[in-house]
Amino acid sequence: MALPLFPPEHDPGPDFAGLLRLTAGRADPAPRVVEAGAPSVAPHGTTVVALRYAEGVVMAGDRRATAGNIIAHHAMEKVFPADRHSAVAIAGTAGMAIEMVRLFQVQLEHYEKVEGSTLSLEGKANQLAQMVRQHLPMAMQGLAVIPLFAGYDTTRGTGRIFNYDVTGGKYEDTDFQATGSGGRDARSTIKLGWREGLATDAAVDLAIQSLYDAADEDSATGGPDLVRGIYPIVAVVDAAGYREVPEPEVAERFAALIARKQAERAP
Amino acid sequence: MSMPFYVAPEQVMKDRAEYAQKGIARGRSLVATTYDVGIAIVAENPSRSLHKISEIYDRIAFGGVGKYNEYDQLRVAGVRHADTKGYAFSREDVDARSLANLYAQYLGNVFTHEMKPLEVEILVAELGDGENQLYHIAYEGTITDEDHFAVLGGDAETITERVAAAWRADWDMATAVKAAVAALAGPDRTLAAGDLEVATLSRGNGRRTFRRIEEEELAQLLA
Repeated sequence: MALPLFPPEHDPGPDFAGLLRLTAGRADPAPRVVEAGAPSVAPHGTTVVALRYAEGVVMAGDRRATAGNIIAHHAMEKVFPADRHSAVAIAGTAGMAIEMVRLFQVQLEHYEKVEGSTLSLEGKANQLAQMVRQHLPMAMQGLAVIPLFAGYDTTRGTGRIFNYDVTGGKYEDTDFQATGSGGRDARSTIKLGWREGLATDAAVDLAIQSLYDAADEDSATGGPDLVRGIYPIVAVVDAAGYREVPEPEVAERFAALIARKQAERAP
Repeated sequence: MSMPFYVAPEQVMKDRAEYAQKGIARGRSLVATTYDVGIAIVAENPSRSLHKISEIYDRIAFGGVGKYNEYDQLRVAGVRHADTKGYAFSREDVDARSLANLYAQYLGNVFTHEMKPLEVEILVAELGDGENQLYHIAYEGTITDEDHFAVLGGDAETITERVAAAWRADWDMATAVKAAVAALAGPDRTLAAGDLEVATLSRGNGRRTFRRIEEEELAQLLA
């Protein structure tokens, strides 16, 4: 490995993906041609949700990955910190999605270090849109990746949510969004429970309830796994930054939800 | 056809070294020292935006003195090297030693083969679990590793003496920074927070251990 120095006309600037293309053929994340049949054997990640509350955004995702009718993983993680003030969640082909998140995380940190300042939240969302767009050929072969991006906008002082389509179209959602196979069901629950200025606790509970309802309706979405002790990942992003709600707390909230549901059914 | 004059290689190297030393001596110096839970890097730098000290990776920081455009180019190359390596392998596989070696090779190459040597001195600091590493790379590619402190810049010898006299293994960050500032200033001057750039690598800062100490906090610390 030599020191990566470039003549000014070829300098990739703060673009890490551009740097990878220049330095080696090695780390190109996406193969160009896929054999037919790959989509049905490749594990898929399913339901992720994001909603805005008084101090920022809450993001949550179930833990199931499926390949056809098989459960491929019980404990897959779909919610990641993108950087200090933003989070990214993924639905779609798991392997591609995880690689996309990894590249996205390095891309944001790389920009910050090279330029000495962080990208704006809008800038980060646009970066992710470009990565989804570059993935379009794979998406057309059935290996789509649909991320959900949310963060705390430090200049506006509010949480913001962005969702994407397979072509890299970026759409901002003012209040909440959900994507993946159980996204529709999760969205209905959030739609009923959401109101302006939710407190942190209420927002976390609403996200948990939405995943519970999605798992109730959609076979590809995993509910709380009481036997193995696997619970959805819930993350909060506010002015203080990204933090995951500790698993014991998520477990407690699920227990409370289940107790409530049982009480409703008691004669 | 005109023949170039013969110049002895010794003379060429001597001239280049002198040229580089002069360039470096024009700039202000930098001190890096370990303290109980980390590494503090203190540089004399009145600019708030043209940094001498920067983050390279989770546990690695960069310091440069001399010509800004030259060491900044090396800084960016360091970030690129570290990020590419961490992405291709794993974050744990990125270490300061290999980066310091690359810098040394590059500076050595430029010094012997190019007309103009780089007028820079480079510091690569790495926070370890037990041992910290401070690599000091000179303009001609000489690399030295220090366990306790390193001084870069034109006035290095006298500043080194001052730091060596004050250095303690278990001092805390405030004491270390104050001593480094006093060493940079010397007996005849005092340096205010606005004349300084300070950053630390410290355990307990999370994954990215690098943190800048902004002017306000620094003023309180020096008071």
